[in-house]
Order: sequence, then structure tokens, then C-alpha cells
Amino acid sequence: MTAAATSAPPGRRRRRLPRLGKATPYWLILPGWLWLAIFFVVPIAIMLSVSTMTGDIADGFKQTFHWRNYTDAWTAYHVQFVRSLAYGAIATLLCIVIGYPVAYWIAFRGGAHKSSLLFLVLLPFFVSFVIRTQSWNYILSDNGMIVSRLKDWGWVDQNFHILQRPVAVIGGLTYNFIPFMILPIYVSLERIDTSMLEASADLYANRAMAFLRVVFPLSIPGVFAGVLLTFVPVASDYVNASILGGSTGTTMIGNIIQTQYFTNLNYPTAAAISFILMAILLVGVFLYARLLGTEDVLEAAGN
Amino acid sequence: MTEDTTEGIDQHITPDLLRGLTSPRISRRRALQIGGLSALGMTLAACGIPGAQGSKLGLSAARAEIAKFWATHQKTGNLNFGNWPLYIDVGANKSDHPSLDLFTKETGIKVNYLEDIQANDTFFAKIQPQLAAQQSTGYDIIVITNGTYLDKLIELDYLTPLDQDRMSNFYQYSSTLVRDPSYDRGNVYTMAWQSGMTGIGYDPKRVGHKITSWNDLMDPALKGKIGMFADNEDLPTSALFAIGVNPETSTLPDWKKAADWLHKQQPLVRKYYDQTYIDALSKGDIWASMAYSGDIFQANLSGATLEFVIPKEGAGIWTDNMCIPQHASHPVDAMTYMDFVYQPKVAAILAEGINYITPVTDAQQYIQADAKAATGKDKQTLEYLATSPLIFPSAAEFSKLHRYRVLTKVEQIVWNNLFEPVYQS
Repeated sequence: MTAAATSAPPGRRRRRLPRLGKATPYWLILPGWLWLAIFFVVPIAIMLSVSTMTGDIADGFKQTFHWRNYTDAWTAYHVQFVRSLAYGAIATLLCIVIGYPVAYWIAFRGGAHKSSLLFLVLLPFFVSFVIRTQSWNYILSDNGMIVSRLKDWGWVDQNFHILQRPVAVIGGLTYNFIPFMILPIYVSLERIDTSMLEASADLYANRAMAFLRVVFPLSIPGVFAGVLLTFVPVASDYVNASILGGSTGTTMIGNIIQTQYFTNLNYPTAAAISFILMAILLVGVFLYARLLGTEDVLEAAGN
Repeated sequence: MTEDTTEGIDQHITPDLLRGLTSPRISRRRALQIGGLSALGMTLAACGIPGAQGSKLGLSAARAEIAKFWATHQKTGNLNFGNWPLYIDVGANKSDHPSLDLFTKETGIKVNYLEDIQANDTFFAKIQPQLAAQQSTGYDIIVITNGTYLDKLIELDYLTPLDQDRMSNFYQYSSTLVRDPSYDRGNVYTMAWQSGMTGIGYDPKRVGHKITSWNDLMDPALKGKIGMFADNEDLPTSALFAIGVNPETSTLPDWKKAADWLHKQQPLVRKYYDQTYIDALSKGDIWASMAYSGDIFQANLSGATLEFVIPKEGAGIWTDNMCIPQHASHPVDAMTYMDFVYQPKVAAILAEGINYITPVTDAQQYIQADAKAATGKDKQTLEYLATSPLIFPSAAEFSKLHRYRVLTKVEQIVWNNLFEPVYQS
């Protein structure tokens, strides 16, 4: 090999190498950068700019660097911000608690049916998000199949209802986003070499110990990716809160943004709220990444 | 203005009409307007989003522009009509609309009927960037409820002033409710499609007694079984009735009292609903709710046993209006259609299909005639329709109906800040 390489015409090789060396990777990554610039940087910059404007739709909005849009928005809507983050955290936790065993079971017990089981996890995506959420309105309705049974059996009193309570909203969020938790966990579990489990058994670890010391640590990148994929969209969701909630004390920040944008046509406040939400989520994600180690994250993202 | 009025304007023109006419409606000057953010570059966003109010033309100039506009447009034989879902008559085949077929037969104009409007706010957001960029929206007629968004469309010059010479049926047959309405004096921009009431709908079997007042929705016995609307027009308007105030002439102290009333009611309310309230009411999730008259009527036609009341304090009345967006491709065809539906026989066909308050009172005779000719279940339905106070309210009922408060820009902000926290808490 070495001989063959050195015997290649030196002139040709020298001419090609410099070009490959410096500029090419940048050219290759250009589409990616362009994509980011057009669909991320530009909108974000516009949103940031709009968020400090003042005015109204008829007279126009002018850039006045009115930073009070931010403080005003926080003062008016901090309750909904906190609620959204709390709902996000609870729903994400529920997704882990429910999704992890599912992923585990598919990865280690799925056998020949792994792909069909994964397909089942993804199957709900074939129906629109709104329709799936709306269908819970029928399932959980006061005289629907579940609540009326509970009433018949005398387990709950006649005025009991599930819809329009926080539990309905959080349940809807968990239901809608759980596949985003199951899939990355499954991927990280699936790559675990089973000989490691045999090795831990050889070293007198019982099954619980083997899970805690070997399987779970190895699956953390998957859990991390799952948390990112669920928490961020859950905290900013507004569909579940408007379909399954809508009562006093279930409004999420996404609903407020929608009202500010569509009903009040107050673009600056809507932009400021969106920016606060984004900032909170970004800071949260970075802190979280720090806590768990970024290398694992990149690895998980790379998967 | 003073100079213009001395130019010999007809004395019967109302000030509002005058004001409407003096705004430049067909301005070609504004290349860039308020924008859907999508239409804006970064630089532009950095220095601001321009407003949409042009400078005022003189009255005669505006009138000349309008006359020129209508003189230079002709019938094309096509019409794109954007309307709300389930808001027109249907034939035996669900996709047939006999009134539209009749229109095509009589005028030769083909109608492309689109059920694209789900809500005033989202539809406004959809067409606004095109209107701002001076482009056609693709619609020749759109149907918008009186209130914030119609006011905005008018204020932002997004509507084409109607050709008053092509409104003979309208001026002959339209009911007083929709002629020269407070939100569009002189019918400069709009002709009513249908109207409806916002009162209380309830299930008498579950509630167990008659509901007669908005304050019945403050009854602790109905805790968790009450539905209210998640909007900043009907909800505040109903609360203003509840505290005994006419919303049209209400003032800031009234609004505060109404907001207090709503906050006090919050623990009893199951949900602040969108259009899904009718479903919840039919299923029994809620027993009593703010309701639109036509929804209750239609639910009852399909088997529910709900009741609609105009509370003793009064109820809101709203009108959905046909209007022509700027840059429409077929404005003459649109005018032809808008006047066509004011013939009583056509209005009757529509009323039989839609079940809201028809803008043509004379339609009642045609519905009665149809009822006589019909048999079986159809006959029953038509008779119910012809006599229903939900379609043809009596004079006494009319006197209890009031429209939304027309708000100035500053008032709108105060109003929103008072009432939005009620349904978004």
C-alpha cells in the first residue's frame, strides 16, 4: 500500500490536496449554514427587533427600544410562564416513567417484533395532532365511557370530571409527546452490548444492580435527548391547554402568545413573550447539558 | 372636510358615510404596508413596521375614484366566495347549494364556493399579508362578523366600497336591523349575510328550572356545569348585560364592574369555550352556557332538546357581513351576488338552510308557503322555522338586543386587559 501510494504521480496529488484541505469543508457545510441563517437567525433577529417596538397595527410599529415590553409581559404573565414550565416538567417526568419501560421492553424483549412494536409507537402520528387530542374529549367526557363507568361503580361522586382540570392537560401533553421519549431511549438501549449484562452477572450483580450500574448509565444519552425532545415542545404547547383545559387556571403561555398575536394584534408583546420563553428554555437546556455532560449529549444527538 | 361639504353634497348623507367616503379606498400609492412579518426584511424590521392608514383624500376625489373603479370593472362570469363552514343551504347531495345554482342559472356567473373561514381572527391573519402587499386575496366576497376585525378591515382600507347603484334589492328588502348599521353607516362596505344572537342555551332536563337571566349563570347549584365563551366580544358583552348595562353605551366603570362579575363567576365556570361548547352542551358536560341562537336551533333539529333564551337583561346581536376585499378580481360579479341574495325567495332558501336571523323579513312568507307545500318531517321543520323567534325575533325581543361596544384604539387595550385575564388565567 505504502509503495503504491508513493509511486503515484506526485504532481497530481499535490494539486488536489490543498483544495480539499481548506475551503472544501466550508463549501460543503454552506447549505447547512444557509439553512440556519435563513430559517433560524433571520426570524430570531426579526423577532428580537419587533419585541422592543411600540405602536399598533393601524399606525404601524416603530423601533423605540422599549425594553419594558419584556418586564410588562413578565409581570402580566409570569403565572402562565411558571405553569407552562411546571406542566412541561411533570409531563416530561411522566414520559420518562412510562416511556422508559416501554423502550426497555422493546429493546430487550421485542425480539423479532421490534420493528412492528416501534411502528406501533409511531402509528398515532398518522392521525393529526389536533384530532388525536380532540378524541380525548370524547373518551374523558363526563358521560363518556370512562367517567360514567366510575360514577356507576360509585368510585367518584356525581360531579366528578377529568376534563378541564390540570390533570387532563398534563395527561394530553404526556400522551402526545411520549413517542419522542420512547424512541431515543430505545436507540440508546438497543446499542447496549448484552455481553455487558453477562459480565455483570459474572461479577455477582443481581438484575437490579446490573440495571442500575450498567444499563441505566448507558442509556442516559437517550434519556437526555428524550427530555430535550419532549420538554421544549411541551412547555410551549397550546393545543392541549385549549382543547382539554380552558378552565380557570389551566392557561399555558402558548395560549397567551396566540391571543396577543391573533386577537390583540400586539406583535411586540407576542414577540417579547416568545423571546422570554425561548430564553428560559435555552438557559434550562444549557444548564441541564452542563449537569449531564455535553459529550453525552452530542453523542445522543449524533445518534 | 368643511371645504368638501360646501361642494354640494346631498344633505341626507350621514357623517359616517362621509367619513367612510373620504378615506382613500383605492390608493395605488402605498407600496408597502403593515406587514405579515413574513413580508418584511430584516432592515425593515429593525426600523419598524409601517402603518397602514393612508392620507385622507377629499370627498369628491374619493367619490370620483370609487365611480371610476366601478366604471372600469365589468362582469367576468366568475366569483370566488369565501364563507364559513355550514353557512349556506345544501341540496340533496351535500355538495350542492341550490341558491348558488339558481344564481348561476339567472346570471351566468359561476361560483367557486369556499368554506375557508373558521374564525375572524385567524382569517384576518391569513389575508392580511396579501392585502398589505396590495395583492389579491383570491376572494371576491368574504364574510366577516361586525366587531374588531371588520372595524380593522375598514380602518386599514382593506375593503372595496360597494357600488351603491347595484344594491336595489338590498334597499328594497333588507330589514332595519342590517340597513345603515352602527358598524358601517350607509352600508359603504358591507351587506349583511345573516345575523344571530348571543344568549343562553341550556338543557332544561338537567338544569331542572327555567333560566331567564344572565345571573342564573351565577347560580352555585350549577357549579362546574356552566360554559362561557373564550372571546373578548361576546363574553364582556354578556357580562355587561348581566350587570344591567347596555353594552353599546357602556363606560369604563361599567367594564370594571362587568369584569368583577366575571371574576366572581370564575369558580363556577367549567370552561371558556370556543365553538365546541355546543358539543359539550349536547353531551351534558355542561348544562347551561352562553350560546349562539343558530347553534341551539340546529342542535335541536338533529335531536337535542336544548332551549335558547334571550335573558331578561338583554342579549347581544351580531351580523356577519359580505364584503369585497381590495384587489378582488371579480368585483362586479360580487356585487351582483350580494344583491341577488336580498330577493325574498333567495333569502328564504338561505334561511331554510342556515337557521340564523335572515336580513330579509319578507322571506318569512316564502318559508310559510314552502311549509304548506311540504310534507312529513320537512313540513314540521319548516313550520318551526317560519314561526321560530330565533329566526324571526318579535319586536319585543328585538328591543332587548344590542350590539357590541365600538371601541377606540385606546379603549380596546383597556378592554382587552380587563377581560382577557378572565378567560386566560
